[in-house]
Amino acid sequence: MILMGHGAGGRLSSDLISNHFLPRFQSATLSQLADSAVIGDLALTTDSYVVTPRQFPGGDIGRLSIAGTVNDLTMVGARVLGITAAFIIEEGFALQELDAIVASMAETAKEAGVEIVAGDTKVVPRGACDGLFITTSGLGRLDAHFRPMPHRAVVGDAVLCTGTLGDHGMAVMVKREGLGFEGELTSDVAPLCGLLDLLRDLGDDVHVLRDPTRGGAVQSLLEVANASAVRISLEEAAIPVRRAVRTACELLGIDPLYVANEGKALVCVPEGSADEVLRRLRSHPYGEEAVKIGHVVPGRPGCELRSEFGGLRSLRMATGEILPRIC
Amino acid sequence: MCLAVPMRLVEVHADRGKVQSSGVELEVSLTLVDGVAVGDYVIVHAGYAIQFMSAQEAEENLAILERLEASWRT
Amino acid sequence: MADLKAETRELLEGLQGWSGRPLTFMEVCGTHTMSAARFGLRSLLPANLRLISGPGCPVCVTPVDYIDHALALAKVPGLTLCTFGDLVRVPGSAAKGQDKAPPSLQGAKASGADVRVVYSPTDALNLARESPKSEVVFLSVGFETTTPTIAATVLRARSEGLENFSILVANKTIPEPMRTLATAPELGLDGYLCPGHVSIVLGPEVFEPIARELKVPCAIAGFELVEILRGIQALVRQVEAGESRVDNCYPYAVKAGGNPRARAMVDEVFEPADSRWRGLGMLPNSGLKVREELARFDAALRFEVEVLPAVEPKGCRCGEVLRGLIDPLECGLFGTRCTPDAPRGACMVSSEGSCAARYHYSEGDWR
Repeated sequence: MILMGHGAGGRLSSDLISNHFLPRFQSATLSQLADSAVIGDLALTTDSYVVTPRQFPGGDIGRLSIAGTVNDLTMVGARVLGITAAFIIEEGFALQELDAIVASMAETAKEAGVEIVAGDTKVVPRGACDGLFITTSGLGRLDAHFRPMPHRAVVGDAVLCTGTLGDHGMAVMVKREGLGFEGELTSDVAPLCGLLDLLRDLGDDVHVLRDPTRGGAVQSLLEVANASAVRISLEEAAIPVRRAVRTACELLGIDPLYVANEGKALVCVPEGSADEVLRRLRSHPYGEEAVKIGHVVPGRPGCELRSEFGGLRSLRMATGEILPRIC
Repeated sequence: MCLAVPMRLVEVHADRGKVQSSGVELEVSLTLVDGVAVGDYVIVHAGYAIQFMSAQEAEENLAILERLEASWRT
Repeated sequence: MADLKAETRELLEGLQGWSGRPLTFMEVCGTHTMSAARFGLRSLLPANLRLISGPGCPVCVTPVDYIDHALALAKVPGLTLCTFGDLVRVPGSAAKGQDKAPPSLQGAKASGADVRVVYSPTDALNLARESPKSEVVFLSVGFETTTPTIAATVLRARSEGLENFSILVANKTIPEPMRTLATAPELGLDGYLCPGHVSIVLGPEVFEPIARELKVPCAIAGFELVEILRGIQALVRQVEAGESRVDNCYPYAVKAGGNPRARAMVDEVFEPADSRWRGLGMLPNSGLKVREELARFDAALRFEVEVLPAVEPKGCRCGEVLRGLIDPLECGLFGTRCTPDAPRGACMVSSEGSCAARYHYSEGDWR
């Protein structure tokens, strides 16, 4: 039976894909499990958006649906050619809210310099879906030399992060669960094509780009580590987390490294290029807080976290949903 | 034993209060503590304040909670 | 801020230089287990200074038939089950089918039961107030940090005259089991790192008998690395001096006398009881039950459901892990037949159980 955890981006999700989808779909392209499928010079991706609440501090489902798909294309180095948007709308949904969400999509598309070129609308009876579900697909074109892929990390690479971790997931969770937290928890949802275009002329030096969405930074880094068969070592003291996010995580017993981000990218480049990459990232509003968080090191494929006092711990996939704890 | 976080009391309404820390605010029950006032710090567990501290004691605790501040922090 | 880093380094250097006889300290707090694992304490302390984990994880020590009972309640029509997130993945003892829901609260929810994760028992109370036609049951687990919050909630339900709110109790108390383990010769405990937040409620005095009568050094510690190290250092110093007392290394939170108001509320709602601990069996005076005069808030009395006696999985050595006798790695099921995704025993079910902590935070890769 499917559990909520199967959609959470951790081990359950991973197993669902490996055991139920991949063997049947039998596609070498699919099996690369990159953020987008690379077919010759083209990149193709799709994503569904079912987030509740539909409005949250920092954005809404509309912005998310465009930014998410733009980012998936950006992470394989593609320039966006066009986006499609399919809507499944529950009977009784307020037109006013629909307009607001569509406006948000338009605004985000404009910011990203992309066009929504095709779409579809379906209406289902009351109760058949939770308000509104959006599916967006994206088509992009790749340059000859700017093709970051999860399997291209190598020992000696620096691992960078374009900004603070955990913002989106905590903002949404706190709002959804009605935990009564208010304050500076804001989603970071943003299209990153403008930011990462700044790295385009570095070409093949940019080995990996990944946006750490559901499952958090750990999920993305483990996928890279496994695809590249390398070990990624992170410095705990270097991981950037906003104080408000850290406090909310402390209160709920959640690790920010496992929390979704919707406006951040993880970058693997040769150590020698790290300073230049950081300089470029920091020149952009979405990359002002970019930092180096670790390295690709020799060792068994996996991910580890080093504390500044020498303590070492292994980072594993989350099992399923991230839930608030009291213990 | 369990997750408990020190937070500053910013509002008190009989046996309920509002606490704040690092940009996160929430409402807690003050039923389990006696004689707290705005400005005190309380330890929050499962939506309740279970103990309170003087401002000075709390500052020390908060420093630890910031976890030996990384060189970089927002 | 810099002082704390310097202090941490100093404490570490001091402890790493310990050249006396091998010492075994025990912590009995799930959050200490997690913190120690998170900071890689095992890799930081020298081989002759061990901090082992005892039965400090309330989820781990909750008998599996409690989950079975909760699952039976989840089937009652019109009943809403409220639980802390910690319990949601714990498997009950029912058999698993290929596409059947796992016998957990998470599985029950997926199958349509009204199971809600709450952050505070107050959330459950609010639900009861808002839905007078539903029965709301709160799964009451935890040690002395959490119990007062539940007691306060029950008292509020009483004062509001709510007729549809009750709790299923599995709360435990830690001092008695600490006494029992302190006297276990096969353990040879040299000291206790005492639980910081439980101590907020109970006060440091509650550990005096262990220090004084049983001659076991005690140190109450907080949860950040520097705080845990302060606690360990305090224990080492007591051992060196041949003394045993209760050192309060968490003084800004743990006050003399603890929180009497919280304890009074607990006394008003609960009374001590013998209690079964998963992996440890029946321990006298180690749990709580709802007082008779508040029986209407006791979900075990309020609802008649069938619960079969639980069976511990074969090969499971949780009892020995919980008593600190073996390291999780010594259990044959660890990492193979018993993993966080498919836990068999108590110590793996909760993220702060000894086995789960070991699995998540150790350097090895259990694939």
